[in-house]
Amino acid sequence: MLAYIGRRIAILLVILFGSSFLLYNLSAISGDPLEGIRGSTDPKAKAIMEGLVRSLHLNVPPPARYFMWLKGIGGAFTGHFTLGATRDGNPVSTYLSTAIPTTIRLITLATVIAIILGIGVGIISALRQYSRFDYAMTFVAFLMYSLPIFWVAVLLKAYLAIKFNNFLVNGTISPIWVIFASIISGFFWAALVSGDRKKVQIIFGIAAASTAVFLTFLSITKWFTHPGLGPIMMFVLGMGFAFGVTFVSTGLANKSALRAAQAMPIFGLISYFPVEYVFTKYPGVPAIAVMFLLTMAIAVGTAIYFAKIDRGPVIRTSVITSILVGILFLIDKLMKTWVPYINTDAIHFRPIPTISQSNSLLPAGNFWFTFLDTVTHLVLPTAALTLISFAGYVRYSRGTLLEVLNQDYIRTARAKGLTERTVIMRHAFRNTLIPLTTIIVVDFAAIIGGAIITERVFGWQGMGTLFNTAINNYDLNLLMGVFFVTSSLAVLANLIADLLYSALDPRIRVVGKK
Amino acid sequence: MNIFKRAPKVTAQEVETDIFNKETEGLSQSQIVRARFFRHRGAMISVCVLFAIIVFVFSALGIKILGLGYGGWWKYNTIDMTPLRSQGCPGGLGGCPTFDLLPGKNFGLGDHPFGQDDIGRDYFALVMRGAQRSLLVMFVIGLVAGFIGTVLGAISGFYRGWIDAVLMRFNDFIITIPTIIIGSVIGFHFGNKGVLFLAIFLGLFTWSGLARLVRGEFLTLREREFVDAARVAGASNGRIIFKHILPNAVGVIIVSVTLIMSGAILLESALSYLGFGVVAPDVSLGLLISQYQDSFVTRPWLFWYPGLFIIIISLCINFIGDGLRDAFDPRQRRRISRKERARNNSAQSRTSEQK
Repeated sequence: MLAYIGRRIAILLVILFGSSFLLYNLSAISGDPLEGIRGSTDPKAKAIMEGLVRSLHLNVPPPARYFMWLKGIGGAFTGHFTLGATRDGNPVSTYLSTAIPTTIRLITLATVIAIILGIGVGIISALRQYSRFDYAMTFVAFLMYSLPIFWVAVLLKAYLAIKFNNFLVNGTISPIWVIFASIISGFFWAALVSGDRKKVQIIFGIAAASTAVFLTFLSITKWFTHPGLGPIMMFVLGMGFAFGVTFVSTGLANKSALRAAQAMPIFGLISYFPVEYVFTKYPGVPAIAVMFLLTMAIAVGTAIYFAKIDRGPVIRTSVITSILVGILFLIDKLMKTWVPYINTDAIHFRPIPTISQSNSLLPAGNFWFTFLDTVTHLVLPTAALTLISFAGYVRYSRGTLLEVLNQDYIRTARAKGLTERTVIMRHAFRNTLIPLTTIIVVDFAAIIGGAIITERVFGWQGMGTLFNTAINNYDLNLLMGVFFVTSSLAVLANLIADLLYSALDPRIRVVGKK
Repeated sequence: MNIFKRAPKVTAQEVETDIFNKETEGLSQSQIVRARFFRHRGAMISVCVLFAIIVFVFSALGIKILGLGYGGWWKYNTIDMTPLRSQGCPGGLGGCPTFDLLPGKNFGLGDHPFGQDDIGRDYFALVMRGAQRSLLVMFVIGLVAGFIGTVLGAISGFYRGWIDAVLMRFNDFIITIPTIIIGSVIGFHFGNKGVLFLAIFLGLFTWSGLARLVRGEFLTLREREFVDAARVAGASNGRIIFKHILPNAVGVIIVSVTLIMSGAILLESALSYLGFGVVAPDVSLGLLISQYQDSFVTRPWLFWYPGLFIIIISLCINFIGDGLRDAFDPRQRRRISRKERARNNSAQSRTSEQK
């Protein structure tokens, strides 16, 4: 195994070498870094030019200069790692170290949401092949696939941010919107079920009516200006999660899993006030991390208590439920921070920003304010990125699941009398995960590339901004720095995909020869 | 509601097989593919829409490439400025669209169907020119990348050995560089040399996925009996590659090229948006959006029309690609309508009665 990884890394290093050589020379010969200064009439122009030539080694031909750049990276072995300096003399690595976390923050949440939603919708779409839902989702996926992200971004800014901020001034939903949302929700749920016309109509009616009642209730109680969940609402939602997770994970027939999952919201209800106290008294990441570990311990312990045999699935169920309940706690806390947050001078009742990654006017030192600020700044870019990458996952998971469902082992599984849930989740879905993993990991490089545009639209200062500056200023070292990070990530993602592939699929052996 | 409950569709698999067999009796492979493609409703609509758009866009405004060219039927061009028309415009800002589909006295295209931009240029002409550019870039990238990817993939899959190793490592070099990065580098340095040049250069860097697929196809197809038969009959390597194996791999190639093309139109507009693709004074859809995104609140039409054209073109290409994939996939089962099933049943019962 180690020998295999070693060999793979060696090949990847060769590939990185080749592609960086290609890009370095291509960008070196196609632009002139001194172009801007050549035409200037500044008496000091000649001195500046000579200084640049000396510091950037412009008198060395590009292929040789490439090896000087490479020597800086090779310095990693001797402790003198350097990616060179930018035109203004600062080391490239300082720019990168602030840009990388920003870009990662930008894409992580969007990728996770897109994967979960995309796979979920794709699976339902495949199970309901040629249904109304399937046709609608196919069209929606293709539509999203064809959207230019910068175009979506402008629409999101105008409608999601500005209109939503305007709406928050009053916080009441007009009856037209209630009716509209109810009809949409009715269509959605009605499309999900398969059955005769009468059943579909009943589902449509129930979904539309409950949405209308719910929205009207939120509107009348001014929930949007004073959001919050409260212990009772959290308990109800947590119970819903418990049933949902158990249903998908083990099936409701597994009583010990159901009980372990139901215990989670009960624990949540008991610990509501203590957790609230900890959140207020010790704000910060350490307290959250400790509580997370504690939650995990409780979840595993409960599962072991309820399950005497076959503990794995029960532990899985209770852990997933407990994470969801934990997220509810965070959401509740953020909602409580909402009112003081939008009342601050820096926000002034316009909570969803259209641009930049954080609000610098916000009073520093308040952990929950900063947290909420990060979240609100993430809303628009995350929505845009999710919309775009969601489509690919829907199409791909649908296609793979359909392929798997035609296999003989699925027929065997059905023939031996397994429940349909077991057939789908254990036999079919697990096998679709194999090709899906490869796609997800390899897509990662493309997502970082896409972030260049997203950062530009939303004014984030990440890798994309660096890349733009690098190209516009003919800053070769900076450009190569960005490239070094993105392509290393891409190459690593490929390696991880291969290793995951062999871990998920026992038929694939990575160790070829003995 | 149980999402795991099986939809009652796989009840009569034999009946379906029966219908399929009857349909494909005595037809050649290409006839079957064609029939399947024509039956894909989304793809057929897309073919019609795309064809209509191409004809409309290229006839509205003339183009001139390498001295050859023709004029279009639209009265304005992309350079002339006319006074801003403010009659009937909401909000007092001039230059709003005159395009009206509702029956009434304003019905028709009007003087400036897509309005005017802030300095009075006719926006319909600008959008038409931008759509021409986008379509041109799309087809050129598709051609260049399709050609290179097919040839390199075929050679490396057919010959294997060191040729394969070298070509695939080269392929890896290109895959490692994110398309948008290499595209920006190329676009920034060569964008001013004209849109055709930009498209050809982008095509030189977008073939890697196709080459991999074609190589995979060739690796399996070269082991088949018909290749041995051709070789025994004395066919040269070139003949085997292009006459015997390539026609069998054409499905993979066509589907993949449509995907490259739908990616190409988004790539071009993204590059132009970033300022690294088509540059002013030339016009492209991405560039128009980039120039006028700040006027979304005041002059929304400057933002809507170029975006709509990008989406419609890209959507059409995607649907056509989907239809082609279904058509070329031998395992693909289409939905059998109730009418067909009933017809088949009655036919069967009739034959059994006769027996």
